[in-house]
Amino acid sequence: MNGAVPLLVLGPLLGSAVSLLLGPWPRLQRALGAVVLTGSLAVAASLLVAADDTGPVVARLSGWDAPAGITLVADRLSALVLTIALAICLAIFGYAIGQGSAEDRVEHVPSVFHPTYLALVAGINMALLSGDLFNLFVGLEVMLASSYVLITLGATSERVRLGAMYIVISLGASIGLLTTVALFYATTGTVNLADLSTVLSDVPPPVRTALQLMLLLTLATKAAVVPLHMWLPDSYPSAPAPITALFAALLTKIAVYALIRTQTLLFPREEPWLLLLVLAGATMLVGVVGGLVQDDANRLLSFLLVGHIGYMLFGLALASAEGLRGSIIYLVHHMTAQAALFLVIDLAQRRRGSTSLSELGRATAAAPALSGLILIAALNFGSVPPLAGFVAKLALLQAAVTDGTAAVMAVAAVAVLAALLTLAVMGRIFVQLYWGAPPAELSEPDGDAIDVHSRTSMRLMRGSTTVVVSAGIVLAAAAGPLAAVTGRAAEDLTVRTPYQEAVLGDLGGLP
Amino acid sequence: MNATNLSLALTIGVLYACGSYLLMQRALLRVVLGFVLFGHGANLLLLLAGGEARPVPHAGTTAPGEASDPLPQAMAITAVVITFGTTALLLALVHRAIVLHGDDLHASHTLPPPAGKGDQP
Repeated sequence: MNGAVPLLVLGPLLGSAVSLLLGPWPRLQRALGAVVLTGSLAVAASLLVAADDTGPVVARLSGWDAPAGITLVADRLSALVLTIALAICLAIFGYAIGQGSAEDRVEHVPSVFHPTYLALVAGINMALLSGDLFNLFVGLEVMLASSYVLITLGATSERVRLGAMYIVISLGASIGLLTTVALFYATTGTVNLADLSTVLSDVPPPVRTALQLMLLLTLATKAAVVPLHMWLPDSYPSAPAPITALFAALLTKIAVYALIRTQTLLFPREEPWLLLLVLAGATMLVGVVGGLVQDDANRLLSFLLVGHIGYMLFGLALASAEGLRGSIIYLVHHMTAQAALFLVIDLAQRRRGSTSLSELGRATAAAPALSGLILIAALNFGSVPPLAGFVAKLALLQAAVTDGTAAVMAVAAVAVLAALLTLAVMGRIFVQLYWGAPPAELSEPDGDAIDVHSRTSMRLMRGSTTVVVSAGIVLAAAAGPLAAVTGRAAEDLTVRTPYQEAVLGDLGGLP
Repeated sequence: MNATNLSLALTIGVLYACGSYLLMQRALLRVVLGFVLFGHGANLLLLLAGGEARPVPHAGTTAPGEASDPLPQAMAITAVVITFGTTALLLALVHRAIVLHGDDLHASHTLPPPAGKGDQP
């Protein structure tokens, strides 16, 4: 199994290079993308099974041993997040092909959508599998550099202006992360995560806290944690719809994964972390309340995205195995739910050609199947039982009650309030789309007028959306096994020894 | 971690300071320059993290104990490549912004896009 781990980085990267050469033949690019993504998903799923059965799967690149060489580690957490992320990448890839806007030529220049998409996937895989801080930085950079290209795809006036802000803020955070990596090396002489986890306990506490806070600050900027979230609702909605869905589902969540990985492994805690609890509470409130007042549907969803990052931080701040389990379940749920919501809303907007909620009144009244999908996606995001959102929030709140201290219970109350407000926002969207008043200028019910897509591409878009939406039901139905796997993953994170032993121990016993 | 090169440390400080000042500017080209300085600062910091400069770390030329630490150098060259690539992308974006708008000012959602141009000479 060890040999398969580097394939997850190499495969998409090589695929990206080949895809660039295949520029004149979009059909071949599509086939290549589908093959690479499906193959990666299969490898990731088998890694998840292997990591759950026999412990972390470690690949030492070029045979160099852990502290000096580059290691890729697939433990339960990274393999689980990887599998879900790749499944979403594949579904959104189907949607993007169906929708076609991302593949459009701009002034005779063939679209670089396909090569960039695969490079983005390579970056995601590398960031998730990386066993050292520096390659985590490189993985995040590969992912973000691809996202800079995707967000300015076609380079229209709006995308250049808003994309520039996104790029500048991301790059600022990236240089901050690089600085942090350099300071980690200057302090300890290593960047390997497993090695750092043993060495850092000898570092004087003030230096250790400074390193921890720098890491938190830079990763929190990438994860859009309040008060570092301002860039997100302004930039994400400007990209083509499937790309917005992909970014919303994955990019910030990879940063949250990096936060969970580094904070649990490098800075283990016994009791809840007050700073992170406050940040989590503020993120939930600011994001959801911001979402309440938006009219543009994509901006609204972007604010909700910010708000729900707070839930994952909440579990991490609890610093207990139950809290981490809640965080991981929430991470998995949120990746699928957020993608589903962006896709169904895009399908609804397509019927009217507008993203403003006030102009979308009754947009889906004549489309019962689409309305059904929107209803499921909205209820899932609003965490109504028995869907996956409820399972995830229940796990978090149970962990909070187990802890029971005053600060934790206060943030738990904020979490419940934010969940109810989210449900109110979801209700507002659905009611407006189904029963709302249509705008005055639009006399006849539109429907097919805007829809210029062929039947097959519509079918592809609807099919991909249905798959992503049904993930909310599947995850809820599989709540038992999911809770078991994430429970074991959280246990690994709190104990830390399985990861350390897999990376540092039994040297030489591997092929 | 013995003697640290003070002049290098001061240079890094100046690069970070100028870089963060330029990053705050509204004109995109200045922001790009700020990013370049910021990146240089971070790369020098990586180099400095390897301790004092010693002979080249090349097997057969220098004994392993006397050579300088090769790991931060490897990291610095990777970071140089990344900052180089992103700088090229940013410059392309600045060019595109100037082609599209005639200026390279940051988007500001407090001003409607056409009215924002009125402030500029």
